[in-house]
Amino acid sequence: MGKLLQQLVNGITLGSIYALIALGYTMVYGIINLINFAHGDIFMLGAYIGFALTTFLNMSFIPALVISMLSCAIIGVVIEKVAYKPIRNSSRIAALITAISVSLFIEYVMMYFVSAETRTFPDVLAGKKINILNGRVILNSKDIYIIIITILLMIMLQYIIHNTKIGKAMRAVSLDSEAAQLMGINVDKTISYTFAIGSALAGAAGVLVGVYYNSIDPLMGMVPGLKAFIAAVIGGIGIIPGAMFGGIFLGLTETMVSAYGNSLYKDAVAFAILIIVLIIKPNGLFGTTAREKV
Amino acid sequence: MKWFNKKNIKMIILVLGTYAISEILIKANIIDSYIEMNLVIIGINIILAVSLNLITGFTGQFSLGHAGFMAIGAYVSAIATAKLGLPFIAAILLAAVSAAFVGLLIGIPTLRLKGDYLAIATLGFSEIIRNILLNIEYVGGASGFNDIPQYTTWTWIYFMVVITVTVIKNFVNSYAGRACIAIREDEIAAEAMGVNTTLYKVLSFIIGAFFAGIAGALYANYFYFIKPDAFGFMKSIDILVIVVFGGMGSIKGSIVGAFLLSLISLLLQSVPEIRMILYSLILFTIMVYRPQGILGDYESSVKLFKRGGKLNVGNQNK
Repeated sequence: MGKLLQQLVNGITLGSIYALIALGYTMVYGIINLINFAHGDIFMLGAYIGFALTTFLNMSFIPALVISMLSCAIIGVVIEKVAYKPIRNSSRIAALITAISVSLFIEYVMMYFVSAETRTFPDVLAGKKINILNGRVILNSKDIYIIIITILLMIMLQYIIHNTKIGKAMRAVSLDSEAAQLMGINVDKTISYTFAIGSALAGAAGVLVGVYYNSIDPLMGMVPGLKAFIAAVIGGIGIIPGAMFGGIFLGLTETMVSAYGNSLYKDAVAFAILIIVLIIKPNGLFGTTAREKV
Repeated sequence: MKWFNKKNIKMIILVLGTYAISEILIKANIIDSYIEMNLVIIGINIILAVSLNLITGFTGQFSLGHAGFMAIGAYVSAIATAKLGLPFIAAILLAAVSAAFVGLLIGIPTLRLKGDYLAIATLGFSEIIRNILLNIEYVGGASGFNDIPQYTTWTWIYFMVVITVTVIKNFVNSYAGRACIAIREDEIAAEAMGVNTTLYKVLSFIIGAFFAGIAGALYANYFYFIKPDAFGFMKSIDILVIVVFGGMGSIKGSIVGAFLLSLISLLLQSVPEIRMILYSLILFTIMVYRPQGILGDYESSVKLFKRGGKLNVGNQNK
């Protein structure tokens, strides 16, 4: 029982991080139908910005998190303007390869400047351990921080999407961008905002991962990026609650497989779930089936 | 249909002539072992690219899992030659048939999916294959499979490339190949015209996997060491990049693409620190300024009649 609860805590923490990254994937896919492979690298950049701020400028956790999110938002918009705008009307496969080239570019530019070595993230959050159930479950204060910050960010996101003008514009563009344009919505601006918000969330996830695991490197974005993408697809790509659910679900599954099965198979299990979901319900667990029109 | 016509005889003379010249150059040491190794890599890449082009370029099914089939071919051939001591030709056939069989198993459920979803599912399958290989101790697990006999020679590579290109070119020009192109152009219309879309999609997937298996076998028996990480996501992307760079639906393009990309990566080896940065920039520039690839629109005359025809994969119906 104790072990199960412990794994639940770990799983939800990992899942929150996946969910934060998955949200960016899902928002970008929803609006321009592009699998933004560079998203995992924005997550990595967020971690490095957080690292630089806390190590060299001795900032505390919250300001570092906020500045890192803002910088990532700007980077996201720049990537969109420079790299994705020229290919908005080209084929799917060209767009996909462009996204991959952007991802490689960010990774190797970072590797060139900060070197490939792993760096230790400073301990900015005092790691207080809280024992529950006679010490059978250890609740690290970092877990609580991560979960609370994730929940706060998700509430903010929900507010932005459902209660603000720009959120309404995003929903309209993702439903039908041409119709939205005819209604006077500035599609370019909306896409930029989407990238900004998605990238800010990835940046936040980057700082949180840095704080949680204490180590960062230039290729750290690849695997979580792919996992978060799976999470987004499981929940139904383009659907925001789906990404949240998918992230937590994937995080829990992975920790459970590692704890009770063979940890070497956790990636295979993640992909197997993805394929099963895709085959049974191609639009994701939260998606609605769109009928194919001729 | 006369098989023994002027064109075919010319082709055979050209193929044998090129082989004779290359063999003389190797014997005379004008092509040294370094260049030969690069030619072998280019040959393997041509087989991989042409076979993926059948799936993605001609049938229009977006696959990101080609490295998975290559991995199966490589491991099957490694086991057959190193552990069972089979002759190389048997190992290649076994590798190809196993990869084709896995292609069948993967193809039947996933080819119901379209576009990006199919890409993700195939990516998932190839990652699962890699993950399973990582966990099998019999084939060395994460540390890799060592001491595979080196059977692959330039002769093997050359004739396997010729066989692959010939088979796939003839397949594309056959009834089944036309059906595949019809599926790429418009799946619903093809179905309405009586094309069994599932059959031909799975068929092109199996043939693609078959040749990827051959490429894997040649790879394993040339480098005598394989490990699962060599067949990851990036390998699939590399193959896809060759196909798109050369031009989707163009076999000549895939061959030219494999040559040019190998040349680019050879040239970039002199600047190792910024090699990947330059590579990504080149990739980006090509995708923005020539998304149809260098030889795109060259072989597919069907495209000419489609106004504003885009070389897209899957359905992009709005």
